[in-house]
Amino acid sequence: MTARERIAGSVANYVDERTGAAKWMKKNLTKVFPDHWSFLLGEIALYSFVILLLSGTYLTFWFDPSQREVIYDGSYAPLQGIEMSAAYASALDISFEVRGGLLMRQIHHWSALIFMAAIVVHLMRVYFTGAFRKPREFNWIIGVGLLTLGIVEGFLGYSLPDDLLSGTGIRIAEAIIQALPVVGSYLSFFAFGGAFPGEAFIPRIYTVHVLLLPGAFLALITVHLMLVWYQKHTQYPGPGRTEKNVVGYPLLPVYMAKAGGFFFIVFGVTAFLGAVASINPIWLYGPYTPAQVSAGSQPDWYMGWLDGLVRMAPPLESYIFGYTISWNILIPGLIVPGILFTGMALYPFIESWITGDKREHHLLDRPRNAPNRTALGVMSLTFMLVALINGGNDIIAVTFDLSINQIMWFSRIAIFVLPPIAFVITKRLCLSLQRADRELVLHGRETGRLVMMPHGEFVEVHEPISPEKAWILTQHEQMPALALEEHDASGVRRPKALKNKLRARMSKAHAVSIPKATAEDLKQIENH
Amino acid sequence: MSNEIEAIKDPGLPAHVHRRADTDPKAAKKAERQVAILFLLSAAGTVLLIASYLFIPQDVFIFFPILGSTNAHQLFLGLGMAASLFFIGMGAIHWAKTLMPDEEVIIQRHEFRSPDEDRAEFVKAAKDGAEAAGLGRRSLIRRTLGLSLGLAGLSPLILLGDLGPLPDEEQKMTSWKKGTRLVTDPGDRPIRPEDLEVGAVAQTLPAIAAGEHRKLSDIAKDAVLLIRLRPEEFNLDAERLSWTHEGIIAFSKICSHMGCAVALYEQQTKHLLCPCHQSTFDVTRAAKVIFGPSARPLPQLAITVDSEGYLVAQNPFNEPVGPSFWGRSA
Repeated sequence: MTARERIAGSVANYVDERTGAAKWMKKNLTKVFPDHWSFLLGEIALYSFVILLLSGTYLTFWFDPSQREVIYDGSYAPLQGIEMSAAYASALDISFEVRGGLLMRQIHHWSALIFMAAIVVHLMRVYFTGAFRKPREFNWIIGVGLLTLGIVEGFLGYSLPDDLLSGTGIRIAEAIIQALPVVGSYLSFFAFGGAFPGEAFIPRIYTVHVLLLPGAFLALITVHLMLVWYQKHTQYPGPGRTEKNVVGYPLLPVYMAKAGGFFFIVFGVTAFLGAVASINPIWLYGPYTPAQVSAGSQPDWYMGWLDGLVRMAPPLESYIFGYTISWNILIPGLIVPGILFTGMALYPFIESWITGDKREHHLLDRPRNAPNRTALGVMSLTFMLVALINGGNDIIAVTFDLSINQIMWFSRIAIFVLPPIAFVITKRLCLSLQRADRELVLHGRETGRLVMMPHGEFVEVHEPISPEKAWILTQHEQMPALALEEHDASGVRRPKALKNKLRARMSKAHAVSIPKATAEDLKQIENH
Repeated sequence: MSNEIEAIKDPGLPAHVHRRADTDPKAAKKAERQVAILFLLSAAGTVLLIASYLFIPQDVFIFFPILGSTNAHQLFLGLGMAASLFFIGMGAIHWAKTLMPDEEVIIQRHEFRSPDEDRAEFVKAAKDGAEAAGLGRRSLIRRTLGLSLGLAGLSPLILLGDLGPLPDEEQKMTSWKKGTRLVTDPGDRPIRPEDLEVGAVAQTLPAIAAGEHRKLSDIAKDAVLLIRLRPEEFNLDAERLSWTHEGIIAFSKICSHMGCAVALYEQQTKHLLCPCHQSTFDVTRAAKVIFGPSARPLPQLAITVDSEGYLVAQNPFNEPVGPSFWGRSA
């Protein structure tokens, strides 16, 4: 035994005698994780969160979250002698006086953008592959919660420097709070400690941004990961992969080296962006004053869709018994996002109600094999994309020399028209891809080699595909639609019950598919 | 899934193909060297970081194509940090991919549902526990506990009461009074009509006593935009026309939609545009909304001149300025 082994042995012994950890470690050090690039998306989100904690902690050492007025006397000449809040002045000092401060600010901002992007793309991966199905519904809901918190946390974060752009964002948030029926003005006065903007808001959201929400993130991310660990990761279909096994690499050493290495790569790339790519140059905006605004005011990208919805809202307000209801704020700012996020959180339950499928699923779907789900996903994304584009309508108008009014009208119409069109096209594309899969299994791959037959006809030679490929293209199960429940539990005929009809109809739409190739089909062709 | 039709068979996990480094010691040695080089690059990155921190002054700007003029201190600090982190990751992954075992391992899954006897035992234990506590029988305890927990939950809400004052009539008021002078922002100079040419715009605030400090929450309600047109360009009723002075018209600068500063004035069309959500107001028609999400015109401030010829408010605003709220009567 070498000296190194002796030391490691005695440390391990010390810990195990007090915790019994060896038993757990033995089992989990060899835990198997399946490998696929798309499984790295969630990892990017996780690592960005760690980067946010580290860079954020650094920033707190110099940031002064106060709206007390000071006169700027730092080294950035254009703002010298100007009255501003201590928050803005200290954010400028971080950018200009603290060595590495600007780098850290930019790393913090970039990693927030990457964090949100990774969450969204990770969510898309989970959705389109059906990874949210039983037993992973809890994790889906936690994920939707993390996305929602991420949007709020990001907004609070870029609001802290109290520059002209972020102050404008806070002003809009205040208008949304104020628009709430009955309680709006009260909530706004509580949040701001009086009339907008007051001097309380920045210190308050600072506590929320650096303590409350990161705490909530830590708790939710921990549960999210523990569930992934405990339930074992899903895997893509392939030869040798079943619902009952996990095929991949053991935690120690391969997965640990890859995942650990990947953390450093994400951090390195974020640092590179922080070094070369300017983000949120607050010194250009100037301090916040409610009487000013800069043209082309844009929120960060993950808020852009919300801004776009607010921009395209019709100018509707109701005045009832001397009270005002601002539909132009409530509908795009609260009602539509509320419906979208609730629907997203409930989707696993909705789908399993439609399909009647209550079994566990660990093999992922190829998106084409779930045409209805895929089409619904693309439809939602189209909705979001139209909203996002409208959120940048002023920038687009300037860049492409268009009129804002035209873009706005395009968005107002497109937000209703394009999503259904996207649904239909996507569903058809999925079915066509299924047809192509069937074709490929039955007739093989086109080789591009042309052969002239004795009677002069030209034909292209097809080559059978490998058994592995054929398996991947045919391994999915094709569920029939649910039969309409003609009788309820007590045997009473109730075919017209709206719920049953709706369910049968959706189930039918969900089950539409091209019959996959079977061994039978192959035999028939061979005998031909 | 119909089982009668024979499905295509799962060929099983393909045979493992060895990498060169698995069989050829030379290739393995080469991979080892590559990993070491990547780790050394990381070390070089950290050296660059330290050197930049210590030796590059903070006020040196250098020009790079694409990047433009860049602060050298921050750039090299960042590049050093990026390299020091990135290459650790590259090294670790290259190591895992070339030298660590790449044979796929299979483990089995187990259904999550507990065996029936465990479930039955759990239900029994839970029932026994509830029974032993007597929650079902002792309704007095149950109800008073419910009451006390519910009430205790209220206390944080009560204690948050001092987060802010309750909204009052102040919310609907601005600092504008009859006879308040309009002064420039910035500069606090009173304005005579002849200071504004036709087509000009001025950002103004109510005059305050010397030495008094303007609060941002006042500016958030008081900001007023002056615009001078030719009087014949107005399309106003008699009352609103009497609120203007020699072609000068005054509006609240705070958007009636969500409170941004309505800062963009198009001189040609005489439209005011809010850069936040593109609500567009027609200046000639008392800031009527002609496009965008805002539901109300910008409140108009009645102006005139005082005995010294400076612009003053005829009256306070006759409606609350800024975004709508519940208690704002139409």
